[in-house]
Amino acid sequence: MGRYFVKRVLGTIPLLLVISFLIFMFIHLIPGDPVRNMAGREATTEELENLRESMGFNKPLYQQYFSYLNDLFHGDLGISYKTKLPVSEMMIGRLKPTLKLTFFAMLWSTIVGIAIGVLSAINRGKLIDYLGMLIAISGISIPGFWLGLVMIQIFSVKLGWVPTGGLDTWKSYFLPSITLGCGIMAILARFSRSSMLDSLGEDYVRTARAKGQRERLVILRHAFRNSLVQVVTVIGLQIGGLLAGSVLIETVFTIPGLGRLLVDSLAFRDYKVVQALLLFFSFEYILINLIVDLLYGVLNPRIRLK
Amino acid sequence: MQTSTFIDQPIKKAENRTKYYFRKFFQRKTAVIAAVIILIFLFFAIFGPQIAPFDPSLPDYDNLYGAPDAVHWFGTDEFGRDVLSRLLVGTRNSLGVSLASVLIGAAIGTFLGVLAGYYGGIIDSVVMRGSDILFAMPDILLAIAIVAIIGPGIINVVIAVAVFTIPSFARIMRSATLSVKSSLYVEAARSIGCKNSRILWVHIFPSTIQSMIVNFTMRIGTAILAAASLSFLGYGAKVDEPDWGAMLSSGRNYLDIAPHLVYFPGLLIFIAVLAFNLLGDGLRDTLDPKLK
Repeated sequence: MGRYFVKRVLGTIPLLLVISFLIFMFIHLIPGDPVRNMAGREATTEELENLRESMGFNKPLYQQYFSYLNDLFHGDLGISYKTKLPVSEMMIGRLKPTLKLTFFAMLWSTIVGIAIGVLSAINRGKLIDYLGMLIAISGISIPGFWLGLVMIQIFSVKLGWVPTGGLDTWKSYFLPSITLGCGIMAILARFSRSSMLDSLGEDYVRTARAKGQRERLVILRHAFRNSLVQVVTVIGLQIGGLLAGSVLIETVFTIPGLGRLLVDSLAFRDYKVVQALLLFFSFEYILINLIVDLLYGVLNPRIRLK
Repeated sequence: MQTSTFIDQPIKKAENRTKYYFRKFFQRKTAVIAAVIILIFLFFAIFGPQIAPFDPSLPDYDNLYGAPDAVHWFGTDEFGRDVLSRLLVGTRNSLGVSLASVLIGAAIGTFLGVLAGYYGGIIDSVVMRGSDILFAMPDILLAIAIVAIIGPGIINVVIAVAVFTIPSFARIMRSATLSVKSSLYVEAARSIGCKNSRILWVHIFPSTIQSMIVNFTMRIGTAILAAASLSFLGYGAKVDEPDWGAMLSSGRNYLDIAPHLVYFPGLLIFIAVLAFNLLGDGLRDTLDPKLK
């Protein structure tokens, strides 16, 4: 067990290093002089030289990377050239809306997704199954940003039930979290259906039925509980992508979160912020995947013995 | 003499494998409907400009934001241009981008995956670590980062979407290759002295093609969504170009006065993605009965 943990955690370090290097290179890969890109066209030569000096762009690339890593370890993500504020400060201010949005999206999509999956599995081949899977495949196929706009048109513009955007009241979270969670609800529904079908076909379910246990208990206590291990893994993997999914949804609903910050910073060519956000989203994704893997190892001993 | 009647019976010819798959596929109604919808979209993509009732870029300043009516079935946009015509002409752009990107991603990913699975060792490690890196970033972010580096535009969207398509093909084709690599017929080919290139091309590749077809169809849906998302964020097609994502993006500014500018392009994207996903599901059930 301990060995599996150590191996998995150590295995992630090279990945984090490579990703951090690629994201560090991001500023250098954008065509043109990175300093000029950051300072804008109107900057004078003197300003450019000062900026180059202060940001360390005149040092060799590998030295720049090491000082970038060093700053990272100290929680320093640099200074935004546009707002002159520390990037980490800008991000902390934007973190809360994104996390809240992600939480609500995850909450409803997990409950509804698993419910649809389980209901479809126990009614396999019937109308409920058919409807459930239709909802699921639609949820995967629907463009989230479009669904968001359609809901704004219906529920905000026409009916006036919820605000069109922003985060002024708790009602503002309704539409964005529905939109953001749609895809995950669909994936969970499909996954929990197939995992439930697997466990319904197992011997222990037949045994439970044979000893005359009530069908509801057979389904809840035996089939459902055993199918959960895999479903939990899928939920974990989805959270990672969910934060990044907020990029589009926050743009549609004008929510001042991290995703919106990324889109705005790209538009303003505020590349220090873009770099920090890319790093944040990728690291968060990798670390959540790592945690899910470790949890899966705890829940399913067959994996860690491999 | 009962045996003779048995012997006299004509021997049933084994069903051709392709015929078998076709028969199985046609039993799945949703997949067949999806295939028909895709064919219709392909027809639009090819003949869109010919069948469009109006010139897609011709403004009509007397009919701005026109609601759908008998003349303009899907209404008119902020320049009075016919929405239906723009959607029909835009099909080529939107489907073309996703098809092209998945084709490129699939070709590179398949090549790398088959090599990694067959040769193993260092090639395998390099390919798999590479796809780990690509997988370590959420799809849409990777695409945004790539477009930020190489600039907006349709060709660059193709490149961005192709890049994040590569790792899924590499992984699937690697495992498909691994599963046939140790089979008896590959062993036989090797023992009669076939070259690696021949074994790969003639023996291994054809047996992995089923996994490829299924993944290919599914990824087109993902690619349509990704390309539309990039266009929506303003990194894809130019706003005045007839493109589903770009039309949606510009239409959202008029959500309160002309919601049809948002409804129709999005609906088309939704139907197209849904059709490819349903077709992919059907193909998977047909070609790979092991999966659910």
